[in-house]
Amino acid sequence: METGAQTIFKEREGQIHRKGEEPFEMTCNRDSLAGAVSQRACVFCGSRVVLYPIADALHLVHGPIGCAAYTWDIRGALSSGPELHRLSFSTDLQEKDVIFGAETKLYSALTELIDRHKPNAAFVYSTCIVGIIGDDLEAVCKRVSEEKGIPVIPVQSEGFKGSKREGYNAACRAMFRLVGMRETTGISPVSINILGDFNLAGEIWIIRDYFKKMGVEVVANITGDGRVADIQRAHGAGLNVVQCSGATVDLAKMMQEAYGIPYIQVSYFGVEDMAEALYSVAKHFEDKDPDILRKAQEVVREELSVLYPKLQEFRKDLEGKKAAIYVGGAFKAFSLVKAFRLIGMKVVLVGSQTGTEEDYRELYEITDEGTIIVDDSNPLELSSFLQEQDVDIFVGGVKERPIAYKLGVGFCDHNHERKEPLEGFVGMLNFAQEVYNTVMSPVWRFAPRKVKRAREV
Amino acid sequence: MKKAASSSYTSTTNACKLCKPLGACIAFRGIEGAVPFLHGSQGCATYMRRYVISHFREPIDIASSSLGEKHAVYGGGPNLKLGVKNVTKKYGAKLIGVATTCLTETIGDDVPFLLKEYKRDVEDLPPEEAPILVNVSTPSYSGTHMEGFHAAVRAVADQVATEAEKNASVNVFPGFMTPAEIRHLKEIFEDFSLDETILPDISDTLDAPVLEEYKKIPEGGTPIEEIRRMSGAMASIEIGRTVETRLSAGELLNGKFGVPAYKTGMPIGLRECDAFFELLEKISSYETPEKYAGERGRLVDSYIDAHKYIFNKRAIVYGEEDLVVGITSFLTEIGVRPVLCASGGQSGLLAGAIEEVTKGILPESPVVRHGVDFYDIAEEAEGLAPDIIIGHSKGYHLARRWNIPHVRVGFPIHDRFGGQRLLNIGYRGTQDLLDRVVNAFIEKKQEDSPVGYGYM
Ligand code: SF4
Ligand code: SF4
Repeated sequence: METGAQTIFKEREGQIHRKGEEPFEMTCNRDSLAGAVSQRACVFCGSRVVLYPIADALHLVHGPIGCAAYTWDIRGALSSGPELHRLSFSTDLQEKDVIFGAETKLYSALTELIDRHKPNAAFVYSTCIVGIIGDDLEAVCKRVSEEKGIPVIPVQSEGFKGSKREGYNAACRAMFRLVGMRETTGISPVSINILGDFNLAGEIWIIRDYFKKMGVEVVANITGDGRVADIQRAHGAGLNVVQCSGATVDLAKMMQEAYGIPYIQVSYFGVEDMAEALYSVAKHFEDKDPDILRKAQEVVREELSVLYPKLQEFRKDLEGKKAAIYVGGAFKAFSLVKAFRLIGMKVVLVGSQTGTEEDYRELYEITDEGTIIVDDSNPLELSSFLQEQDVDIFVGGVKERPIAYKLGVGFCDHNHERKEPLEGFVGMLNFAQEVYNTVMSPVWRFAPRKVKRAREV
Repeated sequence: MKKAASSSYTSTTNACKLCKPLGACIAFRGIEGAVPFLHGSQGCATYMRRYVISHFREPIDIASSSLGEKHAVYGGGPNLKLGVKNVTKKYGAKLIGVATTCLTETIGDDVPFLLKEYKRDVEDLPPEEAPILVNVSTPSYSGTHMEGFHAAVRAVADQVATEAEKNASVNVFPGFMTPAEIRHLKEIFEDFSLDETILPDISDTLDAPVLEEYKKIPEGGTPIEEIRRMSGAMASIEIGRTVETRLSAGELLNGKFGVPAYKTGMPIGLRECDAFFELLEKISSYETPEKYAGERGRLVDSYIDAHKYIFNKRAIVYGEEDLVVGITSFLTEIGVRPVLCASGGQSGLLAGAIEEVTKGILPESPVVRHGVDFYDIAEEAEGLAPDIIIGHSKGYHLARRWNIPHVRVGFPIHDRFGGQRLLNIGYRGTQDLLDRVVNAFIEKKQEDSPVGYGYM
């Protein structure tokens, strides 16, 4: 068998750590190594993920067709009203546009689409070649904005200017231009914006319901089931509640600086983190509503009384099984490590595409001896780690799935395509159910790897 | 006949095409020991992998030179070379298919030259450390994934098929078929005792068994030795009526080495299959084996059994041009009326091919639209009152809106299971397709009926 050492590029050795072997040290935040088949995406992808769920905005991808086609309606970000975000708009640049510039084309595409769909705002995403041909997006957007009377905002998301993380930042800068455009009268002092939740499979509705029970008003969803007008008055909220370290924290920081709105970071995955999220919000508003902590505890208690007995059922069968995690952002990985612990499983590999040194240190703190921690990995490494650690389940996104299946390993989709909510208390149950469904399936006994093992013992 | 037209809008909404390098990657994936490589930023490769994986449910490693901002300014050459070196080292690739992207085309990297330089640098290395490098130019701002696919196939034929001794093999350029279809093609050629070289051959590489150990590069694909010998083959068969001459591997080998080139439509439906089998008879000088006569007979039999369920139903067909032609030809035979044939492709050959396969049966050729997106298709469909749509998953929203059945064919199939195993070609595949189309109508009728019929 190919051991891990043979599949690891020398240049990448610093981006992999085995807990227990040496003092913790990790290199990260590096450009992907050429030829290493990174699982990372691009700046544009990052911006698209964040802004995509704003359902009443027009999202126009300025570039050749691929960038738009690959992001057409592939995410489960639901809307309770308009669904303009589910259409894929592109300027579909052609050779002559690349040679002579595409500002005129962009202008007429924007005008045409705004007239046709009457959106409340438009985002124009810049892609790699737009960064090269040097179209003045700012000027075109300004002109159209004046003519059509809606905000038209360029998103500086040229793919090559970094990884997803830079894309998050570009998206935040774009949204920040909306914030402050509308009146904030009538907003309760006990109010929040929900940042970094994309309403996959209706998750933000679950979270909003918890907050509602606590008497907290939600001003803007940023961005799941998001609306332009809400974001325009988001500066009226008392607190920004930010999920998922990477994606929207920059916006929270900008709003703190400009409007003095404090922010907290939370996660809605897993029981501990979900409860912690509600308590932190409650604590923040305690001076305004002395009863709020009790209401939060009430919500948690009610949910847990349903959840725990069911989780114990799953735990009986899952106890001691081994899990591997490879996700986009490290924040999700923290929650997943805890969630697996709750159902008795052991995490033996954990990694992310874009974690920071701090993130990996935290992962180091919360994992067991022998766990492999990895930054910006690739199929060769991941497959060799899965084999070496002999895992029962791998958690990741679409690109990780076939690696697991090819080796006869169970898989849990934890990506933006999901159709079942994984957030909130109910999400934990869905998560456990999904883990159970794949780990306990009878199919693995027919996979060659297991057949071989059965022969050996 | 209404004139074939392309989109009249500036913007594109819900594209009915994909980008060029994606096609090239799929083609390269069908070569033994090959790794597709995109010269560009990381994002393109990742997006395409995701897209391909969702259809085939197979791993597909597409390497990238992962260009960053400074490379975009100073040129991507060093990263290209480093990437090729790394893929060689870690994958043990026998062939690396380098496709450009919009970015590297725009900054003007001279990939053939860079690769030549690289080859010079590694001249002294043993062959296992110096894979064959094939390059193809695939800027998406001119052309679709199908052009990328054909361009890659042609580039491989051009750059790998060297002068070889005359041999009795037959080159087959199948176009974008499913793994199951490639397997069926192999069976047919074997039954004709022909020694075929199918390029590309994704039958194993994109539909592989579960493994004991992870394979860096899956088994299978067109053997490189066989590609080398293509120049001495006794004939080339190119499948697809809309493959342009400039993208045709068959024409290329004809021009360079005098290999006789035959062109044929996708063998879907009786007439296109008959033509295909006739061609094989001619090339092999064997009669079509009994087995296929049996399949053909059963197919005609089921055309008759089916006809009343489907007569005069109105269909919209969309997707890759060659597939649209094949499906339209078939529908015409069974009495379904293709009312709109549409594609994001722009070979310029679609309308002519549709006319060709419908004339003699249809009183007038259907509306043909090329270079369109789903917005155009929906607009054009207005007033056409379609009863069914046939095409890939991206048209589902139309079927839903119009509340009519959707039979899935082509790429991508992201909302059904088993797209990689669909078989539409040959008499057998047509039979499969017929069953699916007829059942779609029966199911619709059954569901719409208040009676709850248990027999239909
Ligand atoms: S830049 Fe070009 S190659 Fe890359 S995804 Fe976009 S269209 Fe495709
Ligand atoms: S890397 Fe550039 S070209 Fe490729 S998908 Fe991202 S923005 Fe588009």
